[in-house]
Amino acid sequence: MTNPVNDTAIDRQSPRQNRRLRLRRFLSSNGTQLGIIGVFVALWAVFIILAPRTFLSPQIYRAFMSTVPFFGIIALPLTMAIIAGEIDLSFPAIMAIGMVAFAYTFQFTGSVPLAFVASLATGSVVGLINGIIVVGIGIPSLVATIGTQFFWRGAVLVLLGGKGTTLIAARESFLYNLLVGKMFGYIPMQFVWMLLATLISWIILNRTRLGAHIYLIGDNAQSAELMGVNTKRTRLAVFVLVGVASAFAGVLASLTVSFFWPSLGAGYLLSTLASVFLGGTSVFGGVGTILGTFLGSYIIGAIEAAIVAIGLTGFWTKLIYGLIIILSVSMHAVLRRRMG
Amino acid sequence: MENNYRLEIKNISKTFGEVQSLRNVSFQLGQNEVVGLLGDNGAGKSTLIKIITGYYQPDEGEIYFNGQKVDKLSVPKARQLGVETVYQERALAELQALWRNIFLGRELQNRWGLLDVKKMKEETHNLMVKSMGFTSTAVDPDSKIGTFSGGEKQGVAIVRALYFDAEIIVLDEPTMGLSLQETRKLINFVKSIKQAGKAAIFIDHNIFHVYSVADRVVVLDRGRVAGEFRTSDITLADLMDKMYKIAETGHFD
Repeated sequence: MTNPVNDTAIDRQSPRQNRRLRLRRFLSSNGTQLGIIGVFVALWAVFIILAPRTFLSPQIYRAFMSTVPFFGIIALPLTMAIIAGEIDLSFPAIMAIGMVAFAYTFQFTGSVPLAFVASLATGSVVGLINGIIVVGIGIPSLVATIGTQFFWRGAVLVLLGGKGTTLIAARESFLYNLLVGKMFGYIPMQFVWMLLATLISWIILNRTRLGAHIYLIGDNAQSAELMGVNTKRTRLAVFVLVGVASAFAGVLASLTVSFFWPSLGAGYLLSTLASVFLGGTSVFGGVGTILGTFLGSYIIGAIEAAIVAIGLTGFWTKLIYGLIIILSVSMHAVLRRRMG
Repeated sequence: MENNYRLEIKNISKTFGEVQSLRNVSFQLGQNEVVGLLGDNGAGKSTLIKIITGYYQPDEGEIYFNGQKVDKLSVPKARQLGVETVYQERALAELQALWRNIFLGRELQNRWGLLDVKKMKEETHNLMVKSMGFTSTAVDPDSKIGTFSGGEKQGVAIVRALYFDAEIIVLDEPTMGLSLQETRKLINFVKSIKQAGKAAIFIDHNIFHVYSVADRVVVLDRGRVAGEFRTSDITLADLMDKMYKIAETGHFD
């Protein structure tokens, strides 16, 4: 076959220019990730300088290891949803409804493993329902999941009569130690699960067809369909992933304090979204990384601790998270305009 | 009844809401034939193409590939049967890397069912160098498509069709947005499909482009086949005359 396309100007350049070009390519294709690593390190340094007693003690890092996964584990699949051009705002309520299933199953069977499975199953069904409303009925996911967020939160309050339940008895189970115990008596298991969730999410997004299609759909849904990608199934899968992860995070958060509050999850809406956007995921879809979200969620966790350690009131957290969301989303809009 | 068509469609109709886009359309594509599809906006060209590529399912009618009837044609099925489409740039994912676009919807997997990213990048590099004549340093499978020129994007769409051993290459308005020189290269590419023994369907607004490469032109008008001509039997001037008449009256004479 013949060559229908022009050679590019790059061919005619010297080897030195080529090296610089390669460096530029590396920077432009990994820029967001390098940026987030830079922010991570810089903020860390600032926190150590401003609050050395907090940020130089090992306890704070153990605290991060056990508390950040409560929202970080959800932020990972939520990253995929946002890359696919969707969003799920119902995850705080899914955390709670999953725990309702956990609490009832545990109450009737006394089995933590069964209760755990029940909560994950509930999370995936609720995620699937979100997916069906968005993909099947065709409601924009932003609106659909605000609706389901209220519905499931309401369901939790109705089913529990607004009261929480204790989970002290669950501590007897081997699964309790596996989920929220300490590895080698030191490393919180929540962190181990966070690492595992990060690895699994990375594989799904970067090494499976599902992941490849998530990027394509968020970038150009029409093109994905013309090329035979099953966009409906892919979008459904993304909502199910967010559902399962939310239920899982709900179990971790509740078992950690041995109590299930019906308001479980309400405090994680902002921090989860901020983690995803700070991690470099574009609200317009098609762009985002798992590593970015992983680092983003630890930055968000550290900011919360830093605000208190530096001596500001907790009220500042919301203000700062909100600012982070606005800034990181706007940055993408500006970058996109420059590219186009 | 045996025939030797690579693709044959019989009595296809397709309605969207109250608009009948195609009415009883029949169409054949020979084993080694380039057919041009002509027609004004709304004549049904793109609906017909999207039925052939499996994107739309017809309300009525039958589709045959090499004499075999195919039911419920979908995009993956059509690609499996060797239909590859070169859409204009709109069918590329601009924010994604070159290699992802080449393998869009047909990602290579290793034996564990995971993506073989390394192989896809290597194949992308080879394709761009061998088939498209890029020099080695100019090709980076990780470059984002959004940074490419119109001609380069078109090249990506073409390479994609070549890689998957297309038997039937559908070109949907491929010259839109191309420079004169890029257009000439594209026309040469269509001629090379013919030389390689394959078949193509070429859709373009520009009657000159279609006339210069097609063995046969099929004229669509308001959802039906208004007529067809072998390019060897008709002069360009006569064809243009007929096109004007069709557009005005719906008849050739």
